[in-house]
Amino acid sequence: MTDVLLAIGTAKGLVLARSADRRTWQVSDLRLPMNGVYAVLIDTRASVPRILVSADTSHWGPTLVHSDDLGATWSDPDAMTIAFPPDTGAALTRVWSLAASTIEPEVVWAGSQPSALFRSADRGAHFELVRPLWDHPHRSEWGAGFGGQAIHTVLPHPGDPSLLTVAMSTGGVYRSLNAGASWAPSNTGVSAYFLPDPLPEFGQCVHKVARDSATPERLYLQNHRGVYRSDDDGATWTSIADDLPCDFGFAMVAHPRRGDTAYSFPIESDGMRLPAGRACRVYRTQDAGRSWSALADGLPDGPYYTSVLRDSMCADDCDPAGIYFGTRDGEVYCSPDEGEHWSLVASHLPDVLCVRAAELS
Amino acid sequence: MTTVVLPGSLRQYSDGASTLDVDVGSGATLGDVLDAVELRCPRLALRIRDEQGALRRYVNVYLDRVDVRELGGISVPVGSSAEVLVLPSVAGG
Repeated sequence: MTDVLLAIGTAKGLVLARSADRRTWQVSDLRLPMNGVYAVLIDTRASVPRILVSADTSHWGPTLVHSDDLGATWSDPDAMTIAFPPDTGAALTRVWSLAASTIEPEVVWAGSQPSALFRSADRGAHFELVRPLWDHPHRSEWGAGFGGQAIHTVLPHPGDPSLLTVAMSTGGVYRSLNAGASWAPSNTGVSAYFLPDPLPEFGQCVHKVARDSATPERLYLQNHRGVYRSDDDGATWTSIADDLPCDFGFAMVAHPRRGDTAYSFPIESDGMRLPAGRACRVYRTQDAGRSWSALADGLPDGPYYTSVLRDSMCADDCDPAGIYFGTRDGEVYCSPDEGEHWSLVASHLPDVLCVRAAELS
Repeated sequence: MTTVVLPGSLRQYSDGASTLDVDVGSGATLGDVLDAVELRCPRLALRIRDEQGALRRYVNVYLDRVDVRELGGISVPVGSSAEVLVLPSVAGG
């Protein structure tokens, strides 16, 4: 097996960890210090892997930088890589999500705060605003979750470039069936208990959506109260929360190859944002959400009070798959065997905002 | 000549310079000064203003020691020998 690169985005910089066996790790010092790293993409589609990083400081604004030498050096562009056009009157707060197309080798998508979608045709060196979503008549009614109004999930379809799905908190899921030329809300069945109409057309506080690897039309959704599955690429949703200890949480990750398999880190409720059972447990389904099992071997015993944010759980692309999560108290765990056993990768980091991992060929 | 004074945390974008002298002529505004800064040090300018030209929220700019937000912001006229001081506000965690 070749090395696995694990990128850990924290509230105060980026940490890169590397391992040949996913049990012992070489953990870097803090890169891009005092930048909040909200999104990372490890793009292994080309012969030279690219690490694309959304970084922003509280004072000096957001940037999107990349490294083609595994983090030794970073791009330092003279102009904003990603910016709102003048006529929008909007300014980028930060990029929240980065997604590479699996069928268009140069295409990268970025979801931003304020809620907008951008497309790059050069692996993230430059981006253009996807106008039809920005001009959507619903946009003025999209809310802002506690973290801000942002598109935090971008899911290009792995087999059809015309199909795109995005999600945002207090906006919900939107789909395009024509490569972004038009968009429609796609939240049928997803609850918004905090609104007078609990099943509105849009406005749901969706926290994360993941796509099944074997059946691309199957999606898993962690909602602000509620866990759902769609079997029709997001057109309709049904609850898969019954076997979970609680239906709140942020993270949702699909297995990279095996269908019907996904991972979650349940949190007690929106009013009690502590891990389910006050324990450090990852939950896994292997039957598309009909049942869930707690995974705990190697995770801390005893009371546990920190949580996992929406992008702080991921899978690598190895076989067997590695599963990773980072916590708000700066710990990162890895399971090299699909969740059966866990060990600590790093600790005493700043709040972990995102993790991404990939095998380096 | 207008002198733009930079904090230490921004000097990586000005080749280490703590001040930049810019000649923008009479009748210039703060926006004109920052445009001149952008021509010389584009990466520095990105840190002070957003893509719409507005001062970033936690960047404070003082014109001859007065907060420009009290003077009308980016459109405030700048005298030919003014000092423009850029400072990070007290923010962050």
